[in-house]
Amino acid sequence: WKFLPSPQRNSGALLAGRPVNVRDALNQAMDEELERDERVFLLGEEVAQYDGAYKVSRGLWKKYGDKRIIDTPITEMGFAGIAVGAAFAGLRPICEFMTWNFSMQAIDQVINSAAKTYYMSAGAQPVPIVFRGPNGSSAGVAAQHSQCFAAWYGHCPGLKVVSPWNSEDARGLLKAAIRDDNPVVFLENELMYGVPFDLSEDVLQKDFVVPIGKAKVERRGTHITLVSHSRCVGFCLDAASVLAKEGVECEVVNLRTIRPLDVDTIEASVMKTGHLVTVEGGWPQYGVGAEICARVMEGPAFNYLDAPAVRVTGVDIPMPYAKILEDHSVPQIKDIIFSVKKVLNM
Amino acid sequence: RVLELTGCAASMVASSRSYADFTPEATFDIKKVDLHRLEEGPPLTATLTREEGLKYYRTMQTIRRMELKADQLYKQKIIRGFCHLYDGQEACAVGIEGGITLSDHLITAYRAHGYTLTRGGTVREIMAELTGRRGGIAKGKGGSMHMYTKNFYGGNGIVGAQVPLGAGVALACKYLGNDQLCVSLYGDGAANQGQIFETYNMSSLWKLPIIFICENNQYGMGTSVERSSASTEYYKRGDYIPGLRVDGMDVLCVREATKFAADHCRSGKGPILMELQTYRYHGHSMSDPGVSYRTREEIQEVRSKSDPISMLKDRMLSNNMASIEELKEIDIAVRKEIEDAAQFATTDPEPPLDDLCSHIFANDQPFEVRGATPWTKLTSTS
Repeated sequence: WKFLPSPQRNSGALLAGRPVNVRDALNQAMDEELERDERVFLLGEEVAQYDGAYKVSRGLWKKYGDKRIIDTPITEMGFAGIAVGAAFAGLRPICEFMTWNFSMQAIDQVINSAAKTYYMSAGAQPVPIVFRGPNGSSAGVAAQHSQCFAAWYGHCPGLKVVSPWNSEDARGLLKAAIRDDNPVVFLENELMYGVPFDLSEDVLQKDFVVPIGKAKVERRGTHITLVSHSRCVGFCLDAASVLAKEGVECEVVNLRTIRPLDVDTIEASVMKTGHLVTVEGGWPQYGVGAEICARVMEGPAFNYLDAPAVRVTGVDIPMPYAKILEDHSVPQIKDIIFSVKKVLNM
Repeated sequence: RVLELTGCAASMVASSRSYADFTPEATFDIKKVDLHRLEEGPPLTATLTREEGLKYYRTMQTIRRMELKADQLYKQKIIRGFCHLYDGQEACAVGIEGGITLSDHLITAYRAHGYTLTRGGTVREIMAELTGRRGGIAKGKGGSMHMYTKNFYGGNGIVGAQVPLGAGVALACKYLGNDQLCVSLYGDGAANQGQIFETYNMSSLWKLPIIFICENNQYGMGTSVERSSASTEYYKRGDYIPGLRVDGMDVLCVREATKFAADHCRSGKGPILMELQTYRYHGHSMSDPGVSYRTREEIQEVRSKSDPISMLKDRMLSNNMASIEELKEIDIAVRKEIEDAAQFATTDPEPPLDDLCSHIFANDQPFEVRGATPWTKLTSTS
């Protein structure tokens, strides 16, 4: 994150002079949107009196009360359905899944009730809802709590799917998602919650939004394009700084949005560098990287490739528990460096 | 009057009888309702005005004829896919609407054509949706199971999913403080869905203004209630939620029970559950003849003894609230309305191909949609 182009000023109305971690960025974004629009409310397990299982909603219940910050029983299918119904009737719910693993209990409501309704009703019934929660691998939580759902939800028309990396992404994309009149799947990352980033004054403005569907080039380079989302963006930047010492300049693209995919930004970069490596935490088969490679094959950037595009992904296994095994189940910086050198034939 | 005294033919007497001769209002005994966790239930009598009677008659007859026409069109392969018909259950949709207003909300499952009508849809746009034409209520994008009107949220294809959705609508009513309520319907088959119990729990905890209604037509597809449910007392399945079991073939029973339930909700007491005992003449859908899991005799018996339209008709005629001719005229008018609608539904063109990708997102800029090949670039508009 030394490569952030935004200025290093730390000032901002509420958090002057301090870096903001992703958790606080999400918290502040929700607070501002709750204040801005009375129809916005948050529901989920432990979001109110517990301050959020991961403290993302800390302080909100104290400020807004029972009506707008609602603790639900442990009944995902039921409360996700209730959230969608509330959106049908004109409210703007934020439905939290404690982790996206639990969304599988409710996935029918996300896909069949939320995503498809505007289409089936020929535009009569919009569904302005945000589903959010931590996604992907954490630390030591084992197989049932570590899955990445970017590919599953990214597959479905009618959904917007976003995956922020840093605090600016988290703040701007969450505001955009809440203001969007459509169902948005908001994939956070637990290991990023505590990571601080400098935020400029512009970013701390109340109407700052990051447009959904637009990727960001976090680092400019000329030799190879690295495309990633969420926590892996940080690994790509780390790999890039190591590679820079060997004279390899990587361009790092932070997807920010999984669906709709910003193919234009990816293609422009590949057409410049001629080489592509995608990096993701999720499993390889039918994943985000697979989609990116397919799109590059089918578009103008193919003719600029000097080597096949490859993917760096999570290992194709359920997540093990023991630390040494877990460490070897996710993409590491050395995997990215290794792949870059292979693609560049170094 | 004069003609009567002079002993002219009955038909002449009837046709010259003025409307002032009809009984404007009558009170009927209705079946007692079974109660669960309620000290008192709906009244044991219902008052029907002539106007209401004619309205209910016409609406039920319209649903009946519309469904029978859909059956015809399906057999001619002009309607395709899923088609779940409501004939036999008309008293439910019409009675419920009689107990609430159009500013209240309603959601149901896939046997939804009758509700689309009672919630403000026209026969024309319903039939054109079944035939998949651009004049359909969902512009041909939804079909039989996905029709929407104001304050009517379909038409839902996934069994049971509509129940939590309905509770969400009720939550919005309470949140916005508008004194409205939501009626959330499901069948005997759906009544065992886990998400319904999750919804009972949250609706009760949060005192949501929701009326749960189980339309028990005795069969989920081909599985009778005894074979699907350890407890078939669906009105009690809400446990801590008060319940009523109502004769769903009597439009007045349904109306009075709905009024009672609506009062309960609007007084802030939270949810209430109604089981409507009803019957469908058709099979589960058009691909089910409906006789492998029940006998023709059973169907015939319900038709002859409990038909909701006949019941209302007999009541009105025997209390001099309408004449046979008047009701026949309504039948003729309904038949014409259905014929015109069917004509429209079979001649209206299919949706334009430009519409293929529209309505993915609301209030968005147009965007590109990938077609079947990488070279097929389509556009989506809101």
